[in-house]
Amino acid sequence: MFVPLGKEDVNLRDYNLLLPAISVGNVGQLAIDLIISTLNIPKVGYFYTDCLLPMVGNNPYATNQENAKELCTNAEVYALPSHKLAVLQLRSIVIKKKLKTICQALISWIKRSAFSKVILLSSCHAYQRDDTQLLGTPFRYLITPVFQKFTADVLRELGWKEMEKVSTYPGMNDNEKRLSIPGGGFTKALYEDCCLEEIHMAVVLKFCSEGDNMPDAFSLLNQVNEWLHLVEPSNGDSHPKWKAPSSWRLLFGSGLPPALF
Amino acid sequence: MATFFGEVVTGFSRAVGEEEEEEEEEEFEEDKEIREELEKRREVHVSWNELISAEISPDRRLPCTHLILSVGDNAAGFVSSYILSSGSWQVCGSIALWNERCRDCGIRNDVSPAPNSCTLFQMISDPMVLLCQCSCYVADDQLLQWCEKVFGSLEKSKLKVTVLSTCPVSEYKTIESTYTLPVPFLKALKTKEYKDVVPCPLMEQPNIADGLPAAVLTYCQVWKIPAVFYQCYTDITKLDSVTIEAFCPVLTVQSLGNLTADSAKIQETLKKMVKMRNIESNLYI
Repeated sequence: MFVPLGKEDVNLRDYNLLLPAISVGNVGQLAIDLIISTLNIPKVGYFYTDCLLPMVGNNPYATNQENAKELCTNAEVYALPSHKLAVLQLRSIVIKKKLKTICQALISWIKRSAFSKVILLSSCHAYQRDDTQLLGTPFRYLITPVFQKFTADVLRELGWKEMEKVSTYPGMNDNEKRLSIPGGGFTKALYEDCCLEEIHMAVVLKFCSEGDNMPDAFSLLNQVNEWLHLVEPSNGDSHPKWKAPSSWRLLFGSGLPPALF
Repeated sequence: MATFFGEVVTGFSRAVGEEEEEEEEEEFEEDKEIREELEKRREVHVSWNELISAEISPDRRLPCTHLILSVGDNAAGFVSSYILSSGSWQVCGSIALWNERCRDCGIRNDVSPAPNSCTLFQMISDPMVLLCQCSCYVADDQLLQWCEKVFGSLEKSKLKVTVLSTCPVSEYKTIESTYTLPVPFLKALKTKEYKDVVPCPLMEQPNIADGLPAAVLTYCQVWKIPAVFYQCYTDITKLDSVTIEAFCPVLTVQSLGNLTADSAKIQETLKKMVKMRNIESNLYI
């Protein structure tokens, strides 16, 4: 459920919505962090849900001592009216057995807000790729049938590849195929719900593995930016300069005890 | 299932793999019944004593100006010795829940912190001040439900919330090594509406809080209730007087300072509590 920051409701009609999937390497979430931090998008409300594990901390995008004191929660909505851009950031994992419930909650909010399009940033286990997927670009996209006629040509022109389907019974019968996004969290469930609900939705994902996934986030965002032009690159550069938020420090733990050396 | 490095909060299970969820669709009718039964059993129940439950109705809630919540043994120990030992408190209710780590969350009538309990106290001289000691494990799926059930029966217009808890210092993130930090120490988080002075430094990013304190703070932040959370980073997980005393700066805040017991009573309760713990943990007696 969306709860506005202040007393007045927020109108997000015809905005583009970007949201992450909680997926392998947290690539979608890291990419969303980069967008919010780079465009300095203000917070407009909370996505109040019992499907995500609660967590609180201080402002992850703090730029000075004053704004470092703002509390942040596990699911928050940011909006930039000048770009007609809304961003949902999810900061913790989906509680077991709540995957379907969170998809339903997201769908009903998306429908009520009347977004112009929804883009889900996600990732998929790199080790699950088949032989053909090993070569070429590590990015894939999926678009809902209603969104096909608006975007399929644009994405094809950009040279993007659609996520391949895999055989339901590999080696036995290759005619029956299904969509599989291992490690993609709720990506597949949300995509399928969006297909049913006829929502203009696209998934952009990257094949990756767990580790230091910051480079994956940068590259996924560059890919999305080619399509959406969220940030124009400064002259001469092929990609814009994304600004990593202050909270990305110490992602791999504290300093080491000096006595070790 | 793989472990995930980058995750800031760890869950009981991280089900990013879709396979697990898909299997559920094919479950038998009998399994579904069992699951529904389990879900019903996992509901959180708040029960108030007779006097209070007579006051509460669907359109009338319990007036409350301050709710103090202690989570875990040391925070409960602090509250028991420094606040509850004044004697001007009575048990007014309890919260019962059941999950995989907490099979018997029973109702207690004494003021000492007991394992596996979640007890509500009311101040005798000012019945609008409530205190909750929670030393049982609240499972992931019960956290927000806990908040909704507890806050659901309170009148929130003048409510202020204080949460106390502890956490291992190894979870504290800093450029230096945690090995060289003087422990225990306090860090605070506050909601947007909380305007009082905070007697300790605020928790710096990328440090975060999770569990019940995080659920309560999320609830308070979203529904615009002033709340503050004091996290004590310590290297001792069991009840211990040094960690308990680390909470003392919070008593300088007026709303809590007014509730402090006499120092004689504090020392007496503290001694009793620590002694009991020592006996329990001594193999040779």
